[in-house]
Amino acid sequence: MRRHEQAESDSSARPAGASDPRSGLRSTTFQSILHPRPGAEIADAGEVEPEYFRDLNLDQMVDAIVANRAPYDLKPFLHLRLHDVETVAYRQEALQDLEDDRLRKAVDDFAEGMVLMRRHHDYALKLRNRCHRNRWLRESVKVYCETVTSLGDDFSRIEVGSRSFQGLRDHLAGYMASGYFTALVAEGQSLDQEIDAIRYTVQIRGDRVTVRRYEGGDDYSLDVERTFAKFKQSEVKDRRAEYSAFSDQNHIEAHVLDLVGELFPKLFARLDDYCSRNRDFVDEQLARFDREVQFYLAYLDYIAPLREAGLMFCYPQVSTRSKETHVTGAFDLSLATKLVHQQGEVVRNDFHLSGGERALVVTGPNQGGKTTFARMFGQLHHLGALGYPIPGEAAELFLPDRIFTHFEREEQLETLRGKLEDELVRVHAILSEATPDSIVIMNESFSSTTLNDTLLLGTEMLQRMVDLGLLCVYVTFVDELASLSEATVSMVAMIDPDDPARRTFRIIRRPADGLAYAAAIARKYGLGYAQLKGRVES
Amino acid sequence: MKTLLLHAGGDEDTRREPDPLPNGEDLIRDLELDTMFAAMADSNEFLFDVAKRVVLSSLQSPTTIRYRQQVLADCLAHPEVVRELYGISVEAVDRRRMGVFSLFRDNPDSNLSWAIGLLEVLVPLLRRLRGVADRNSGQFRSEAFQRFFAMILDELNDEYLDEVERHIHNLQPRRGVQLGAVVGRVGKSIDYRVLRPRSRSWRELMPAGLSHSAFSFQIAPRDDAGFRALSDMRERGINQVANALSQSAEHIRGFFGLLHTELAFYMGCLNLHERLEAKLEPTCMPVVNEATEPTFSTTGLYDVCLSLRLGERAIGNDVDAGTKSLVVITGANQGGKSTFLRSVGQAQLMMQCGMFVPATSFRANIAGGVFTHHKREEDPTMEMGKLEEELSRMSEIADAIGPTCLLLCNESFASTNEREGSEIGRQIVRAMTEAGIKIFYVTHLYDLAHGFEVRHADDVLLLRAERQEDGRRTFKLREGAPLATSFGEDLYRRIFETTDDIDMAHLGGTNP
Repeated sequence: MRRHEQAESDSSARPAGASDPRSGLRSTTFQSILHPRPGAEIADAGEVEPEYFRDLNLDQMVDAIVANRAPYDLKPFLHLRLHDVETVAYRQEALQDLEDDRLRKAVDDFAEGMVLMRRHHDYALKLRNRCHRNRWLRESVKVYCETVTSLGDDFSRIEVGSRSFQGLRDHLAGYMASGYFTALVAEGQSLDQEIDAIRYTVQIRGDRVTVRRYEGGDDYSLDVERTFAKFKQSEVKDRRAEYSAFSDQNHIEAHVLDLVGELFPKLFARLDDYCSRNRDFVDEQLARFDREVQFYLAYLDYIAPLREAGLMFCYPQVSTRSKETHVTGAFDLSLATKLVHQQGEVVRNDFHLSGGERALVVTGPNQGGKTTFARMFGQLHHLGALGYPIPGEAAELFLPDRIFTHFEREEQLETLRGKLEDELVRVHAILSEATPDSIVIMNESFSSTTLNDTLLLGTEMLQRMVDLGLLCVYVTFVDELASLSEATVSMVAMIDPDDPARRTFRIIRRPADGLAYAAAIARKYGLGYAQLKGRVES
Repeated sequence: MKTLLLHAGGDEDTRREPDPLPNGEDLIRDLELDTMFAAMADSNEFLFDVAKRVVLSSLQSPTTIRYRQQVLADCLAHPEVVRELYGISVEAVDRRRMGVFSLFRDNPDSNLSWAIGLLEVLVPLLRRLRGVADRNSGQFRSEAFQRFFAMILDELNDEYLDEVERHIHNLQPRRGVQLGAVVGRVGKSIDYRVLRPRSRSWRELMPAGLSHSAFSFQIAPRDDAGFRALSDMRERGINQVANALSQSAEHIRGFFGLLHTELAFYMGCLNLHERLEAKLEPTCMPVVNEATEPTFSTTGLYDVCLSLRLGERAIGNDVDAGTKSLVVITGANQGGKSTFLRSVGQAQLMMQCGMFVPATSFRANIAGGVFTHHKREEDPTMEMGKLEEELSRMSEIADAIGPTCLLLCNESFASTNEREGSEIGRQIVRAMTEAGIKIFYVTHLYDLAHGFEVRHADDVLLLRAERQEDGRRTFKLREGAPLATSFGEDLYRRIFETTDDIDMAHLGGTNP
């Protein structure tokens, strides 16, 4: 970028952005569409998938969100929760701007142009013949100039309200007016015109290929068509093969182009000079924008079909101070994605924690959606802390320092350690790391021991968490835990009274009632005594 | 010539390989059979596959089980002879895999050279096989090995082997065969090359500037006819003999292939036996109870896979359930309940494929099938919750299970609360045991276990994982009624109250 930074600094000396009344930011201050403070970088820590991803089905979800966007390497962004309210707001604003179709289209066009530019550029770098390579390098510069210009034009027509897009707009205006960029465009266009005007011929004789300046003559295929026109009865399939613009040209063709270069030495020397002067032609901030904006688009694309199906998403109000939590109409996003695909019904749930309330204790029948609820709680906090709109109608959320999950896992002999011990070791590790600002989600912990143990251990763990004052969800079949203290809120998975085997997935704030309709579900599977006896004796 | 070392010789029915158990993958997972297969395989992929297939194809007839037990007894008595036989079979199949002989079915010339090449490898191996039979046939006691060696001595006598070698000599590829191979190999590309110089010479005569493309690609296919007629004639000549010879070669190769597969199972048994013997673990030939009523009686039964992983010997259990159809196992967490359950399943499968079992004595009825119902991790596709997933799997078992089968339940229906899990379990156990199914049920559901104790005392054996005064586990099961409490408190105290400041890594090594 050295060369162009120098060129650009000429123009940025006159602050194009600062004169814009809609923005308080100067173009030089714009760094990232994801972060409000210049110089603040996304840490590399995002490379590692958080431990709770699998339990919350966030691993599958993130895979689906970034699918088809592999080159942008978005996963680190999706792994890293924000811990400050300002940055969350910065992102929420940007996303709200992007929900405007016109801006969305402008950004999509830009992304598409950048992809094409890179594709040409990569292709060019693989070529060994100089003229051939320079032609493709110039092609990628051309696509880049057009892409940038087009985005600039779009911004002159579209109103943007977010600090991030205003920053980008002002940066872009300064960049496009810079001496570097204007020269890049003008010089390139003049080269294109002259090269497009070249005509030459190739003669092949035995193993001899001769390239000449063009001296007249017509397309012979036209003569042939004319000659055989009398045989033509009806339209037949066009049998010409389609060639991709990026198909590898063979070395013979490349050699021919090199010979053409020798026919027009001055012109191709200029092209060579242009290409070597503009080796790093892409603006650093625009390149970064190109990648980072995909973080937003990926998610908006992911939730688009759900919104189309009538599901609501909202921008949560977040806080690092208040643990007041209010969520209405929320749902498990990974499950909803699947249900919408199968045209199934998505059940939405509300919950809140106010005053000294810290723990949601979820009980009720199996199949009632308890695990889904627990997952949803975690997902909402993760997605909300990325700055994303979350599945729900309205939400007020706490920004946790850490999220921990403890979901039941399959027994492994490898550890040579009993399952219960394994669980206790894991939970112990969680509780030694958790702080009052953490979130802990425990799903059916200690369920493989006796009722007494489950109750005893559950009480101990829940009490420890409540004492810490952290936010938690505790899914259990032990009703007693739901009324442990003032800080615990009892949530119950509801059942359809007319059909106990039918699942409603509604989780309601009410006292645990100890009702689980497991026997009814057993009958649904033909495993009641009489049914089963008939089956196994036949 | 049939080897018949794995499948009894009598009627066709017993000779056929039994169908693999449909729930094989569940059994491998729940009984951790891969560890046993790996010990049998001793890093050999083929031995692994054979062990897996044979173990998971349970025999149903006491006669065939005993047939294999006798073969295995011979193998254990003369391991070096069996290894030599197996080594010969490996050579026979390995060289084939090296791809030395390419096989073009439609070309007699290559058929012939393939057959000769293969026979030059196999015939010396037949001679070696004969040699093994000459030296050892008298020492083998089992019906199968006696028959096998008698067959080798009879069929592969010197006169016969000399005759085979004469044919190979006579049919060695000479000038004619070589020529054929050249024609055969060139195939279409020769057309190309023939035309090429011709079209070049045409072009030389053409005035410059004319298009030549119309000629080059159309002439080629037509000019091939002469060559083909010639080669067809020659190949018709050698077709019959090439076919006969290649069929013979393939039969011999098939014989070695069968020997290779059948001995692979016994090789696996030998490998496993050596591993267990080295650490002084006992093994015994199980006694098959021919009556179909549930029978189970063992001493020193241990989890063979656990033993293979441990440095020291595994702890064995003595259990005599007589003809009771239900065994309920309760007691301390990590007290050896799951381990015992696995050992029961392993021993049953091992018995029914003719193997020795990991015990000092073992007696059981033949099970129509072995089924496992163990807890599983939550369904990642989110189709079902835990209980429903368990019920769904039990329903699949109900579709396949029937009288005489063995069902192993590990903490089944613990995913709902104790009262309801017990109720579901009770109904299922009652229906199944009444239908003649034998059940081993590991559970911490006190309500369930206690209910059996009270109501079905005659037909149930209650076992309990031991716990000593100081809270230590012995990993041994004893007869005993279920206790209302479990031992989570021990663990809780150890992990939360004594190790709060200790590195968590120490915890892994505290078990015996």
